Amino acid sequence: MSPMISIDNVSKWYGDFQVLTDCTTAVAKGEVVVVCGPSGSGKSTLIKCVNALEPFQKGSIIVDGISVGDPKTDLPKLRSRVGMVFQHFELFPHLSITDNLTIAQVKVLGRQPDEARDKGLKLLDRVGLAAHAAKYPGQLSGGQQQRVAIARALAMDPIAMLFDEPTSALDPEMINEVLDVMTQLAHEGMTMMCVTHEMGFARRVADRVIFMDRGMIIEDCAKDDFFGSPRSERAQQFLSKILQH
Amino acid sequence: MNWWELFATAGPVLLTGALYTLLFAVAAMVLGLALGFAVALVRVARVPLVSHLAAFYVSAMRGTPLLVQIFVIYYGLPGVGIEFEPVTAGILALTLNVAAYLSESMRGAIAGVEKGQWDAALSLGFTWWQSMRYVVAPQALRLAVPSLSNSLISLIKDTSLVSVITVTELMLATKEVIAQTFQPLPLYLAAAAIYWALSASFERVQKRVEARLERAHRR
Repeated sequence: MSPMISIDNVSKWYGDFQVLTDCTTAVAKGEVVVVCGPSGSGKSTLIKCVNALEPFQKGSIIVDGISVGDPKTDLPKLRSRVGMVFQHFELFPHLSITDNLTIAQVKVLGRQPDEARDKGLKLLDRVGLAAHAAKYPGQLSGGQQQRVAIARALAMDPIAMLFDEPTSALDPEMINEVLDVMTQLAHEGMTMMCVTHEMGFARRVADRVIFMDRGMIIEDCAKDDFFGSPRSERAQQFLSKILQH
Repeated sequence: MNWWELFATAGPVLLTGALYTLLFAVAAMVLGLALGFAVALVRVARVPLVSHLAAFYVSAMRGTPLLVQIFVIYYGLPGVGIEFEPVTAGILALTLNVAAYLSESMRGAIAGVEKGQWDAALSLGFTWWQSMRYVVAPQALRLAVPSLSNSLISLIKDTSLVSVITVTELMLATKEVIAQTFQPLPLYLAAAAIYWALSASFERVQKRVEARLERAHRR
């Protein structure tokens, strides 16, 4: 079976500066892959290439059989099928929580407002925030906003979810409420690619771990191999630094 | 001539003039906001060629006096066979002028919306235009209201300049009554009061719009 996301020899430059070098990996349907690495290693850039928020100059990315880099590809349609969660939540501050959950369903998928509302409220309930439907994003805590952002992405019935450091901007006491939602999602069989420093989450939930450094994929292996015996020195250093606390 | 006679003579003339002033202001506001938004859009989207033309237009309009623009349109263009009625020429000049300022305010406000909001909108499958319409523009509007309002209040007062092309708006109406009554001080003060009243009512509209846009940002 062909993978849900396949990334093949992808390279990207900002001017003369190369940010990604020959990145190759794949995410199978239902697989949870954690991407980690030091800051500036290109992990966020790579994940943003998957739904074409960042262009790349070389190689190819195929999502569910559709080539992301092909100029003929209908990018809005492709993106509507791939959920994305951002470091800074990026809820729409001028819209109520309900409207945040429904606007893309109505405007992009063409769902009826009632149907979209039902779906949105159901997902809001699922992330434990049913009571906040009428509020605005600014009235919620960071952890609550991020759970709404996950619900907003799920409302589109995505075939895969991309997480770009979803807990990095959160106060420590709010990290777990977001990781719990992600864990639940993983157990339900969602295909997930998560850029995160949460190694506990990776240990518990990931199938595979990708380690990146300086724009290259250094390690790409099963979780147990990664935590048990990372082959590269850089991954070992990274792990020893991050697992100390 | 006592006060009552002066009021009876001047009142209707000034009022008619004020109505023309209002007509010019509202027409140029509506058209200017539409044109300004279009200009801001092509510049933000960097539409090839058109965005350069738009930048040139903005620079030319902001870099020359409105009075000169009015003369060019009303007295200059007939030289190449383009003639306008005074009212049309006035609305056209005011619109072209204010739209340049408004477009700059809008462009700045659009740029002031964080890139993450674009990313979020695009990631949900919105097109560029949908992202602008449903996500970026509403937030930009909130940022832009104070500076848009400045331009629009200036516009109300700038309408007095179209008196130079024989349109009997408030300013020219006042001059005409003064020519009859020889009472410049009370009449100019009355004209000033009317401009002020128009601007003040616009400020109230601005306050309402701001309050509306702020609703989502209560905590």
